[in-house]
Amino acid sequence: MSKADAAAAILWAGATFYALFGGADFGGGFWDLIAGGPERGQRPRDTIQRSLTPVWEANHVWLIFVLVVLWTAFPSAFSAIFTTLYVPIALAALGIVLRGAGFAFRKSIVGLQGRRAMGATFAISSVLTPFFMGTVVGAIAAGNVPAEGNGDAFSSWIQPLPLLIGAMFVATGAYLAAVFLVGDARRAGDEEMERYFERRALGAAVAAGALALAGLFALHSEARYVFDRLTSQGLPLVIVSLLCGAALLVVLLRGRRRPLRPLAAGAVITVIWGWAVAQFPYLLPTTLRIDQAAAPDPTMTTIFIVFAVAAALVLPSLGLLYTLAQRDLLE
Amino acid sequence: MLPFDPLPLAASASNLLAAREQMAFTLGFHIVLSCLGVALPATILVANYIGLKKGDEAALELAKRWSKAMALTFAVGAVTGTVLSFEFGLLWPHFMDRFGAAFGVAFAIEGIFFFIEAIFLAIYIYGWKRLGGWAHFWSGMPMVITGIGGAFSVVAANSWMNQPQGFTLDATGKVVDVEPVQVLLNPATGYEAPHMILAAYMVVGFLVASIYAVGMLKGRRDRLHRLGLLIPLTIGLIATPIQLFVGDTAAREVADHQPAKFAAMECIQESGDHQTEYVGGICTSDGVKAAIGIPDLDSYLVGFSADTKVIGLNDIPDDERPPANTMLHLAFDAMVGIGTALLALGAWTAVVWWKRRDIPRTPWFLRIVAVTGAASILALWCGWIVTEVGRQPWIVQGYMRTSEAVTDAEGIWFSFGLVLLLYAALGTGAVLVLRSMSRRWREQGAEDVQSPYAPQREEEPA
Repeated sequence: MSKADAAAAILWAGATFYALFGGADFGGGFWDLIAGGPERGQRPRDTIQRSLTPVWEANHVWLIFVLVVLWTAFPSAFSAIFTTLYVPIALAALGIVLRGAGFAFRKSIVGLQGRRAMGATFAISSVLTPFFMGTVVGAIAAGNVPAEGNGDAFSSWIQPLPLLIGAMFVATGAYLAAVFLVGDARRAGDEEMERYFERRALGAAVAAGALALAGLFALHSEARYVFDRLTSQGLPLVIVSLLCGAALLVVLLRGRRRPLRPLAAGAVITVIWGWAVAQFPYLLPTTLRIDQAAAPDPTMTTIFIVFAVAAALVLPSLGLLYTLAQRDLLE
Repeated sequence: MLPFDPLPLAASASNLLAAREQMAFTLGFHIVLSCLGVALPATILVANYIGLKKGDEAALELAKRWSKAMALTFAVGAVTGTVLSFEFGLLWPHFMDRFGAAFGVAFAIEGIFFFIEAIFLAIYIYGWKRLGGWAHFWSGMPMVITGIGGAFSVVAANSWMNQPQGFTLDATGKVVDVEPVQVLLNPATGYEAPHMILAAYMVVGFLVASIYAVGMLKGRRDRLHRLGLLIPLTIGLIATPIQLFVGDTAAREVADHQPAKFAAMECIQESGDHQTEYVGGICTSDGVKAAIGIPDLDSYLVGFSADTKVIGLNDIPDDERPPANTMLHLAFDAMVGIGTALLALGAWTAVVWWKRRDIPRTPWFLRIVAVTGAASILALWCGWIVTEVGRQPWIVQGYMRTSEAVTDAEGIWFSFGLVLLLYAALGTGAVLVLRSMSRRWREQGAEDVQSPYAPQREEEPA
């Protein structure tokens, strides 16, 4: 494995963490959005807020990590992506601002009117942000980002594949969130909420599966390189993802609780790494290879050191945070 | 969007201006919140420590309130910081394309610090009820260290733009080799990073103190307000003399290594010795108008002798001179003036405190403290104007012009307008929420001023 490939793997690892934890946070916002009126939606919204509050900021930092590794290790890819897809990227950034502010303000506002406005801001932007991020990923996979940048600002992402991937991002986040919330509700001894999110986890799993299937067709017509590799070199990962998804459905339908979270995470992780395998050796299929975009070796070495330090310091700290949160020591 | 570009040059110049304005505005907004992220944890922990050590309920209550306010400002700061990372690509893609490999490492390190700070901030602010007193106190300590570390590394990236080094370019201008340590420890980091970290402590110290000064002026003279004034004010006043020393050193370094910036901020037109130091005034190509001039002082400040030669704008090529010299000069003067006034405030406070262990009795003392918060933020902005506008037309001094770095995408004025509206709402929202929190605390009054650790104190060995 070359240094550039290793740096790309670190980039993907960051993206995986963001998809799992950040994705679940966005999903929480999705369920908040469709929870219904203030009275009916009160309990699910409380459950969501309780499990999101202590962790969402730390989860958000994975996005910064991905951006920083991208512009440091693969600066030309960063520039090509940002000069082409600036419209969905700017919309995602707008969503991030509205979402963070809406969530933080809602917690501290007393009046119902203000709370509802902030809550709506948080919830709507929780859906729009992952959608636009998905279109960015879809446009890259479809090969719509030229290596030299300045691709078309609109036709690069307003295509079936990017839009489908956008919808898939929303559905996947909702699916992860529902699965995590089943566990949280169970821990809180709230059986009603447990059932509530269980039903939604099932629904989201089916929706995400259907979108993935549709995505496969779009991949076939719009991103042939990625499709071909996904169905050959990437096939084992796709199969594991399908198995995880199927097993999760069985576990849910039988009313069992274990191992819900690992299965949900497994289904998502394998898709992300399947995508990595399918794109390889391209960062921007099929115009920019990983080695072409790579920064000089000493920069890569620094990225490795930073990643090692992150693994040594950040992961245990995150573990501590999640443990404290899961034991209800934070509120 | 027109199918053709009728005025290509004008359009791109306008794009550059829009991008610079948007960057300046979003950075100016974020920098205040990042000061809170850097220095508020230490301020809170001082109150927390006093509270635990002396069993002082008012100090504990302050720590608890400030940490709740910090939960909000940190959340807003996290999103405005994210916007800045997006803007690197949205506004300055060619800068990142060419130099990301060189100076990006500084951001990678900053990312780690920020990550750890976000984690322990969550543990600290949400751990008041269930974590034991001292365990909770120590859970806040990583925030102090990571706040300083994060500020150091992100300012190192900015310092590198002022004094770039640690990279090799090939014939096409591509970065082919990097020495990350040289990048991080470029000569400007040595004075810029401490200057910014101290600025953060001053902004937070004076800002928090000014809030309690207003409360005391309204007649709230309880122990909570006294401590709420004294703890942050002490921090700000201790940071001030160190800051003036660091700033003085920084100005000399700028004179040595970035002569164009120095000449512009001091309005020096002609190179030579025996340079006059101008205070205030308007910079024109034939000298400074309406300023107070102190003969020889500028030369003396740069080299401790009136014979020190200082480079003037006449030795800088026309197309490498910073714009808006009067604004730069006044911004620099305002920063130094505010710093000096705060030093005088510190001297006054220290003398009175030494004599009778109390703050000065006159209401003028509280009135002055009440404006130090706004004044220190103004000084902070002025400092960034000097360093950023003073580096123009360069984005990387001597290597890349800002005009080469800017995006070719259209509609930056539109996005800038949108950002203005969005941030106006964000700022208003944050202030309104903070005020409503403060009102709620006042209404709850005395019965809420109980030990934040109350239910656990007996059960858990702290």
